[in-house]
Amino acid sequence: MSEVLVRMEGIDKRFPGVHALDQCDFDLRAGEVHALVGENGAGKSTLMKILGGIYSKDEGHVYLEGREVEIVNVRQAQHLGISMIHQELNLMPHLTIAQNIYIGREPRARVSFMVDDKTTNEKAEKLFELLSLDLDPDTKVADLTVAKQQMVEIAKALSFNSKILIMDEPTAALTDAEIEDLFRIIRELRSNGVGIVHISHRLEELKLIADRITVMRDGRIIDTLLTENATRNKIISLMVGRTIYESEPEIPENPSQEVVLEVRNLNRGKTLRDVSFDLKKGEILGFAGLMGAGRTDVARAIFGADNLDSGEIYIKGQQVHIHKPKDAVVYGIGYLSEDRKRYGLTLGMDVKENIAMASMKNFLRWFTWVDFKKQSSVAKEMVGALNIKTPSIDQKVNYLSGGNQQKVVIGKWLTADTDILIFDEPTRGIDVGAKSEIYKLLNDLASAGKSVIMISSELPEILRMSHRVVVMCEGRITGILDANDLTQEKIMTYATMRGSIVQEHVSTSI
Amino acid sequence: MQNNTNASKNLFQSDAMQQIMAFSALIVLLIGFSVASPYFRTFDNFVGILLATAVNGVLALGATFVIINGGIDLSVGTVMTLSAVMTGVFITEMGLPIPVGIIGGLLTGSLAGFINGTLISRMKIPPFIATLGMLYIAKGLSLVISDLRPIYFNDTPMFRQMAMGSILGDITGLNVPNAVLILFAAALFAHIILTRTILGRYTFAMGSNEEATRLSGVNVAVWKTAVFTLAGFFSGLGGVLIAARLNSAQPALGAGYELDAIAAVVIGGTSLSGGEGSILGTIIGAFIISTLTNGLRILSVPQEWQIVVTGCIVILAVYLDILRRRR
Repeated sequence: MSEVLVRMEGIDKRFPGVHALDQCDFDLRAGEVHALVGENGAGKSTLMKILGGIYSKDEGHVYLEGREVEIVNVRQAQHLGISMIHQELNLMPHLTIAQNIYIGREPRARVSFMVDDKTTNEKAEKLFELLSLDLDPDTKVADLTVAKQQMVEIAKALSFNSKILIMDEPTAALTDAEIEDLFRIIRELRSNGVGIVHISHRLEELKLIADRITVMRDGRIIDTLLTENATRNKIISLMVGRTIYESEPEIPENPSQEVVLEVRNLNRGKTLRDVSFDLKKGEILGFAGLMGAGRTDVARAIFGADNLDSGEIYIKGQQVHIHKPKDAVVYGIGYLSEDRKRYGLTLGMDVKENIAMASMKNFLRWFTWVDFKKQSSVAKEMVGALNIKTPSIDQKVNYLSGGNQQKVVIGKWLTADTDILIFDEPTRGIDVGAKSEIYKLLNDLASAGKSVIMISSELPEILRMSHRVVVMCEGRITGILDANDLTQEKIMTYATMRGSIVQEHVSTSI
Repeated sequence: MQNNTNASKNLFQSDAMQQIMAFSALIVLLIGFSVASPYFRTFDNFVGILLATAVNGVLALGATFVIINGGIDLSVGTVMTLSAVMTGVFITEMGLPIPVGIIGGLLTGSLAGFINGTLISRMKIPPFIATLGMLYIAKGLSLVISDLRPIYFNDTPMFRQMAMGSILGDITGLNVPNAVLILFAAALFAHIILTRTILGRYTFAMGSNEEATRLSGVNVAVWKTAVFTLAGFFSGLGGVLIAARLNSAQPALGAGYELDAIAAVVIGGTSLSGGEGSILGTIIGAFIISTLTNGLRILSVPQEWQIVVTGCIVILAVYLDILRRRR
């Protein structure tokens, strides 16, 4: 086998509150494409950012061609021959392609502080020839398609004579034809001895391009397979694994058959494509899928936070037109956003003010004066009903724990008398004890006749709580599954089902 | 993900278009006023417009760099005054030779700019706040150093000659003051720096995507400081020029000039969000402002209304630019 370019041993990394990487070992050979896969938050990007000089490791060793190195910043990584291409491209849109590639090392004119654009363009053209890229070095980057911009990043990485190229979700925004172009370049690089790490969710593509596949989960390296031995099922089961607590699913009693919310053919650019589903009274409808699948976008579209290109929304059989969140609230829809600190709470204000926030008109006298007495009594009731742990209703919300902050947000929407509640990652950043309280709350809400949409990236949570599960992939609904006979593998299979390669029988291997 | 959808370069939306539009606007104004009043279309009046643009134009050159870089500099006006005062001190009170005094004025401006740059890039103070602080500091220092009294250059008439004399007049008989030539020379200098040097390249790069520039290994702190220092240099040049024009350093002057400078930059097509702009655009913008002011005055429009019109032009120019950019 070819030589080992990089070996990472025992890499450990912690961020406040989360053990991002747990004793990870990883190696990359020359002339190989090594895919790195895993669920959201598995640690793929984090591990590679350590190699790329963006993060620093807490423990462990990195060996480059046998020699141990300490990579402290991006510049040094580049000098060592490591280049990383991020999902968010690092380009200056107003500058030309050539100027972008050679930023920081511009060829100079006879006078050393003057740049020599002619030579810069010539160097860029030579580079493009090497890579068989069809680019004009004088084009402004802003005028390029995303695919071409990505190629500029690749060209830039290679102009450093990188032996190691890390690509984070390179195909996420590309069409099939553009992906073919990208793979052609990757194959050529591979035949030149370059080692490539390919981080991706897209399992079908890996078969076409990767030599080995390493699966990560919860910050650990689970296993490394040769692509020829890897089946889709095997990869999925490694990604998903077993849960820590094998508790019985706590699905509440069957909801009624009354449909409270129905959406048909929601479309928004490439983000939402023909999304249709319904929600029954007293039901908890789970929404599963990978990051970027479009679940939050569905929620925001229903809630009026984003526009729709087309589609219809029916509440209790009547068609409604929701153009802004205020309309949604009037129709009884509440949205508990993913990032409660940013979108769900005003941190500088206290508990009672936050609870009243979505229904202020009920707390006003003569349209301007705030009825403080009423605000306080309603807040006290809600704190009691939801068991919110706070010294008082005058406590500023940013001092509460995550779980209690979440309860304040729930309290806000209950006070606004909403019947349809959309929870986006309801237990993110909340400790185990508080999680079960939230789950109980959700079940109580469902039993009381409220209808809940629960978006979550934690599969155990989805399995535990949902009556039915809607699975999304890249803007489309790939499956609406019943709670019976539901497994994590099944959900993950639907979550990785891209539109262009959807087959009739999901469970067959590649 | 970064923008963009299709690759076709839209001529209407290119930078050149903005300059063409601004230039056309200037031509329309010149023709319009010339038709409206015979007093406008005299040689002396055109010279008057050129002269009136000199100081503001020089300040706007420095502001162009800062704005392309994605920042703002509110101190260009009072730093100009401080530089004028210091030039007065060097030449008049300390009796230094005129060239030395001029260099002292330029250095004063550059130093103020350097301090701005350091506050912004090392102490991470937002440009608006840092330069606002410098605005007050420079204003106060001007009053302190000059003891609240104007400094006159009566003992050194050569100083005024430098700006208000006319080399062009001596050679060809066209009595255009030197100050105008200095403006154009400074503009050429600024243009070369912006388009042909590393400093210019990084000015655009940081304005376009500062983080990407930083991650590409460029020492953003150093280059940002350089940009503000350069702006300070132009403020210093403006100070020397205005002192020569008025034959005195007026410490109470200055505040308000930064707004005209920024207006000129914006009217000329430079975007406040950074990453694009041109010296040519700024010069055209500066001339549009002074042509407007001059023309309206000749038509006996009260001065207050001239200011209102300038404000409307700024808003209109930026709005047209936004429309033009909408893809």
